[in-house]
Amino acid sequence: MTVFAAAAGMGERVRGRALVASDGFSARYDLDRIAGVFSRPDHALAGQSYVGRILVLDAAKGGVATAWMLHEMAARKIAPAALVLNRVNPIMVQGAALAGFTLISGFAVDITRAVANGALVEVDPGADPPVLRVLENPA
Amino acid sequence: MNLTDEERALLAGEAGPARQWAIGHQIAVGRYLGAADFVPVSQAHIMADTESLGPAGVEWLERLAALPEADRQVRIPTITDPRGTDFAAAARLRQQDWMLDLERRAIAAFQAMGILMTDTCINYQTIMPAVRGEHMAYGDTGVVIYSNSVLGARSNFEGGPSALAAGLTGRTPRYGYHLDEHRRASLHVAVSRTPAALHEWGTLGALVGRLAGDYWQVPVLSGIDHIPGSDELKHFGAALASYGSVALFHMVGITPEAQRFADVADAALPLRATIGAAEMAAFRTGPAGDGTVDVVVFSAPQLSLFELRDLAALLDGRRVTVPLLAVTSPQVKPDADRAGLTARIEAAGGQLLSGMCFYQSYAREMAEANGWRNLATNSAKLVNILGGYGYRPVLASMEACVAAACSGRLAA
Repeated sequence: MTVFAAAAGMGERVRGRALVASDGFSARYDLDRIAGVFSRPDHALAGQSYVGRILVLDAAKGGVATAWMLHEMAARKIAPAALVLNRVNPIMVQGAALAGFTLISGFAVDITRAVANGALVEVDPGADPPVLRVLENPA
Repeated sequence: MNLTDEERALLAGEAGPARQWAIGHQIAVGRYLGAADFVPVSQAHIMADTESLGPAGVEWLERLAALPEADRQVRIPTITDPRGTDFAAAARLRQQDWMLDLERRAIAAFQAMGILMTDTCINYQTIMPAVRGEHMAYGDTGVVIYSNSVLGARSNFEGGPSALAAGLTGRTPRYGYHLDEHRRASLHVAVSRTPAALHEWGTLGALVGRLAGDYWQVPVLSGIDHIPGSDELKHFGAALASYGSVALFHMVGITPEAQRFADVADAALPLRATIGAAEMAAFRTGPAGDGTVDVVVFSAPQLSLFELRDLAALLDGRRVTVPLLAVTSPQVKPDADRAGLTARIEAAGGQLLSGMCFYQSYAREMAEANGWRNLATNSAKLVNILGGYGYRPVLASMEACVAAACSGRLAA
């Protein structure tokens, strides 16, 4: 098992399949939140479902809407399971705090290159320090 | 975080559950981002369109609004970003009743909390501009970057929940751009051709934003050859914040904290890039297919009175053949009416909308209801956002956008 320590985290411990890309994240800019897919045509994950996945992405992007949208998506159960970012902005933190959403960020490595797409991972914000554990790599 | 006696009392619920939630939320955010304590703020500005809130967010607001008056009222002047509709134009935009119902419910909840429904993202031009060094809790990226950079104020991006929390507590966690050490430049970009039109300022903002890449980068620009106006800096900042999630920039000799390069940057800060005519031309994409345009939009940010003056002049004596939507604030709209600008825009078949912003107004549903896909705009920020909503947006000058609205085609 490989473990990656993060600089900060919040939310519950969750386990799921990683959806990984060296691209940014904004709920308004990048998602069709009705269909539950990445909709921005030039996003590396365009067309892929994010529902229930642990998103492993580079940096928080865009505006302030994600602060509400994580809560809105969670209420409809059309949400990712967690968000793992190299670099966070305040909006992601504020949104996660409102929604009780799992978020960790800040790694010694580029986490989008360290975790394989489709890997089974566990995000543990309550560990000291917060960690991402790779439980199983894809075949 | 270090808490004062008052903050501990808020956390203990001694000022009611709304303020207890608010300070708890702020502590969670502050701890994550390394805040040592709180800083008092003099204004809060809340982004809360109902496409973002959804029914769950509106119900959440209504629970706060149902508390006793003493518990639910904000403590500092608290204003709002654009709403998700202009009620007077909703039918023409083919917005649906459930959207308007959500909007009405959110507005009622905000008003019950003592929030002023200004419905604007250009409050720095119209309501109460910040003063250099003043700490704010602003909740629109364009408002934050303009206030931080052009006015020298101090705010982080405060999403709707956090801006509301700041309104309720009168403070915000002291991290990021409230601190001197985060306001130093980290990225030097030289400009070899100063933009000449609003869409070009947006283009420059987009290019610098792509270079910056994240919230914690502070670009410093050198080489701007004249003092830009407020609308030019508005479009530049909005695009920079949109493409880069950037909250602060400096322009040497122009913005207040950077009268000299050395004021904001170490001499060793390397030049990362030079942006000139070629880079700006390469950024722009041509129109899709045969150039057919379904809708022309001037929005993001809302237009100033001077932008509306320019738009009215371009439309005089002409007639649009595809919808032309221009969006401004409820503060500017009455002046546009009194000055005859609204009548001139409408005489050409254009629509002047108030208190909304195009991308915050159920843009996906409007596209589906109206058959809009190819969109022309002079806002680089709008171009960056609308691709994910199913549009094919194209950036062009205000003049080219007006011509496209009249002919139905955007010239390559």
